Amino acid sequence: MPAVVYVLKDGSERRIDVPEGTSVMLGAIQNNVPGIEAECGGCCSCATCHVYVDAAFADKVPPADAIENDLLSGVAAERKPTSRLSCQINMTASLEGLIVRIPDKQSL
Amino acid sequence: MKPGLVIVGGSYAAMQIAASAREAGYSEPIRIVSEESILPYQRPPLSKGYLTGKFAAAALPLRAEAFYRDNRIDLVLGRRAETLDLRAGTIMLAGGGELAFDRLALATGTRPRPLPVPGADLDGVLFLRSLADADRLRAQLEKAASIVVIGGGFIGLELASVAAGLGKSVTIVEAQDRLLARGVSAQLAGFLADVHRGRGVTLRLGTTIQEIRGDGGQARSVLCSDGSALPADLVLLAIGVVPNVELAASAGLACQDGLLVDRLARAGDPRVVAAGDCTRHPSAFAGQLLRLESVQNALDQAKTAGASLAGADKPYETVPWFWSDQYDLKLQMVGLVQGHDRHAVRGSMEQRRFSIFYFRSDRLIAIDSVNRPADHMVGRKLLALGRSPSPAQAADESFDLQSLLA
Repeated sequence: MPAVVYVLKDGSERRIDVPEGTSVMLGAIQNNVPGIEAECGGCCSCATCHVYVDAAFADKVPPADAIENDLLSGVAAERKPTSRLSCQINMTASLEGLIVRIPDKQSL
Repeated sequence: MKPGLVIVGGSYAAMQIAASAREAGYSEPIRIVSEESILPYQRPPLSKGYLTGKFAAAALPLRAEAFYRDNRIDLVLGRRAETLDLRAGTIMLAGGGELAFDRLALATGTRPRPLPVPGADLDGVLFLRSLADADRLRAQLEKAASIVVIGGGFIGLELASVAAGLGKSVTIVEAQDRLLARGVSAQLAGFLADVHRGRGVTLRLGTTIQEIRGDGGQARSVLCSDGSALPADLVLLAIGVVPNVELAASAGLACQDGLLVDRLARAGDPRVVAAGDCTRHPSAFAGQLLRLESVQNALDQAKTAGASLAGADKPYETVPWFWSDQYDLKLQMVGLVQGHDRHAVRGSMEQRRFSIFYFRSDRLIAIDSVNRPADHMVGRKLLALGRSPSPAQAADESFDLQSLLA
């Protein structure tokens, strides 16, 4: 199964195999990766699973839909062009090695 | 070594109190005692995607087992805290066994309010609170044809939405003359009533239940106050919840429809904190005592409680927010609508993409958003900062709400 590389707040990395079809958020929760809170459990209501997708994967990750884009306007940390909600990125084979950076905070 | 912290409860607040206590530097032992025998899990999907299989059981746990292990949080699962002796610092477990503590956290949650009518104990009459309840409901939902939902609150409407989506015949019976009378404006409630009717759901407002009738122990119909009988092979009771405060009250902690806590989530006794649905707290935002039933309240109050346990002051001041999903509608609510004297609509109710801004004396006090998450997100920040657009600005989509945050 494809791996996700989570870059934690302290700069350290966790490389975790996440099954295809499983979200990057759930991969973090199920493997105890700190810094992704996911208060709403992935129903795209809370914006507490914010990550920055590495530039190398910018074209490979499907773009955010209107709802996600709206929610991203309210993330607690700085919103960047690479900002995504990790509950909305489902793993596929083509995302092998996906690098996501966890922001300094998830709530206001 | 001290006996440490015992947390009673097994849901969002229990998990978060433990996590936040560790984060704030609490280093003594932590034990979570939960009646349920599974890891703390998400409840909102139980009335939504979990029932249709869209939301997988594997995705329910709030945190993985490794989280508890790595943070030295012991889980005492499948055990009920029966009695609490604050003086001795002990909890007796049902079935025997005693836990000693020098710090205690109560996150006991709520239980469904029972319906005091004959027949409420028939087969086919179900509540929804726990995963076990949801599994029972899921199994019966499949074969049910006619479903009566008693209670037009969020759980009732979410269940009606799922059942109608499965092609079932659904009737909602609500005692008040409108839906969601407790915490939602008449404007939003009216909109949602139209949405449900449009999906074929029958609404019986201003109607109470006299009896649930059955044969062979199985529910067959619901007898209403107006004498009508609604056929039902599945009856869902969703008439609110009762806070679980018996343990706290028995130990002499002050309760008043909820365990009373201060803004640091301390419950009267210096050793005791509490968080979540079971508490009533002083809300700086509302200027009154509130008992809230929400994930946000459980998590944010638990963060305060966890900090308090480690000796750090982190007053609970978050503006309340809630969400609900019904059909293709994403509802997000922030603030409290009670007491508004004016409202303004941004967007289009016809197109089902709008927010209602509520004002009291020209001050923004709440926003309900339907399929407009950006309004909700900026609204959280506006309300936290105490800033208001004017009603005219709120209604004007060309006015940039973000500009008020600068």
